[in-house]
Amino acid sequence: MSDRPGRLSPDDVRHVAHLARLDLTEAEVEAFTRQLGAVLDHAAGVAALDTSGVVPTAHPLPLRNVLRDDEVTPSLDRAEVLAQAPDAEGSRFRVPPVLGDGP
Amino acid sequence: MTTSALALAEDVRAGRRSAASVVEEHLEAIEAGDGAIGAFRLVTAERARREAAAVDAAVAAGRDPGPLAGVPVALKDNLCTRGVATTCASRILEGWLPPYDATVVRRLRAAGAVAVGKTNLDEFAMGSSTEHSAFGPTRNPRDPSRVPGGSSGGSAAAVAAGFAPLALGSDTGGSIRQPAALCGVVGLKPTYGRVSRYGLVAFASSLDQVGPLAATVADAAAAFEVIAGHDPADSTSVPDPVPSCRGVLDEGVAGLRVGVVAELADGAAPDVAARVAAAAEALAAAGAEVSPASVPAAVHGLSAYYLIAPAEASSNLARYDGVRYGLRVDGPEVTAMYGATRAAGFGPEVKRRIMLGTYALSAGYYDAYYGQAQRVRSLIIADFAAAYERFDLLLGPTSPTTAFPLGERADDPLRMYLSDVCTIPSNLAGHPALSLPYGSGDDGLPVGVQLLGPALAEPVLFRAAAVLEGSGR
Repeated sequence: MSDRPGRLSPDDVRHVAHLARLDLTEAEVEAFTRQLGAVLDHAAGVAALDTSGVVPTAHPLPLRNVLRDDEVTPSLDRAEVLAQAPDAEGSRFRVPPVLGDGP
Repeated sequence: MTTSALALAEDVRAGRRSAASVVEEHLEAIEAGDGAIGAFRLVTAERARREAAAVDAAVAAGRDPGPLAGVPVALKDNLCTRGVATTCASRILEGWLPPYDATVVRRLRAAGAVAVGKTNLDEFAMGSSTEHSAFGPTRNPRDPSRVPGGSSGGSAAAVAAGFAPLALGSDTGGSIRQPAALCGVVGLKPTYGRVSRYGLVAFASSLDQVGPLAATVADAAAAFEVIAGHDPADSTSVPDPVPSCRGVLDEGVAGLRVGVVAELADGAAPDVAARVAAAAEALAAAGAEVSPASVPAAVHGLSAYYLIAPAEASSNLARYDGVRYGLRVDGPEVTAMYGATRAAGFGPEVKRRIMLGTYALSAGYYDAYYGQAQRVRSLIIADFAAAYERFDLLLGPTSPTTAFPLGERADDPLRMYLSDVCTIPSNLAGHPALSLPYGSGDDGLPVGVQLLGPALAEPVLFRAAAVLEGSGR
């Protein structure tokens, strides 16, 4: 097993928050640096275990591809679904601009 | 109100009582008592009255109203109910009306049960005390200064307070069993895949499972029989037929090999450990062969779980982005909208887990943390398999302590996580486990003992639980 990664820094926390699309306050960055560091310290025992040759388990059941007959069945009602959206237009979800300046 | 669910259903089916009167009585109990407990997020009184009337109409017309006819049930508020608010105790889903019912909700209704409301939980089921609800905590009916456990704390409290004889919860790392233990009720986490997860809002998909909480073992068995079974809408659901659990409750434990798991009992408080020892003696007195057992890798369960579950959660919770449902906080462009929406919508514990999970999955750390945790999961499964060559079932505590005071662990995540140390191994293995009340601790509060079995061993767990329930505690 590889060595345990180094201690979590506030910059690591900011980077991870960006990956998670989660805006954090500076107070949250400080708190998470401390709290996540404590959880990762607790996980050090796991990181240090010799697991060479052990196959990882992603799932408790032997998963197989599940197929069904190609029959048309009812799906969710579009109007009912769109009624729950913060913003919709016609038959679509409406979002702020993805690229460049908005309309 | 201590009448069992099955006794109520029997009366309703036989026409001795109306479902309407049963439901009204429980709605009154909620109205009178829930202000002090906070078990419910939402009470669906009018809907419950309509459903009760439909049950009574079925009885009057001579139709079979189902095995749970007229039984009030409380639903954890992470189970989707069509047209009825489902919040997961999170601001990010406040006001959301699901466009479909969870399979378990449909099955309960088809069995004649009547949903009376949605119960409080730790936000997105992440917690062990129900203090991480965005809408305030639930209190333990046995002592309102204490937590009910979590994350299904509202469901456990609803049953313990007599607001509903039956409730559904979800269990990812102990979220049915630990609150059941702390509130003094019966709780079952079924085998992974035994109960459909369709319509259960996902937390950690390889660990989540829906199960019942009830005042009696027989009631829990009846509810399990109703909700279990294959569902084409959940590709991980097990196709095997569901064996009778109610039918084997009086078969006893003579000849059954029971192992008392050293690794689970080690961390328990002395008063809790004493109740586990008493349960072992009671099973032995009933004819079981009881001896010590070991699941060595279980000691690494907690650390592996707090890498695997947050990793899966960080992926599952990516869907709350202000696009399709729930909260949106506007921004000049879409990524700014995502970041602001998620910052405003998620509470501190959910943010903590998303951060932890994203870190464990990120480039450079994936193998050291997530990959390693998955290998440790394999070690735990192998150790359980070895134990089940020698034993039919295993015994241990459910929670290391009785219910703790509100606020005691709220600001210490790691200490809170340790509440789940005895329950997590079953989730990692995908095995069933049942908690039932077995006396009380030095503080007079309920102690839960936990019965663990291999995959699909629910009938054996119920048999042993029935023996313990009848052994005088």
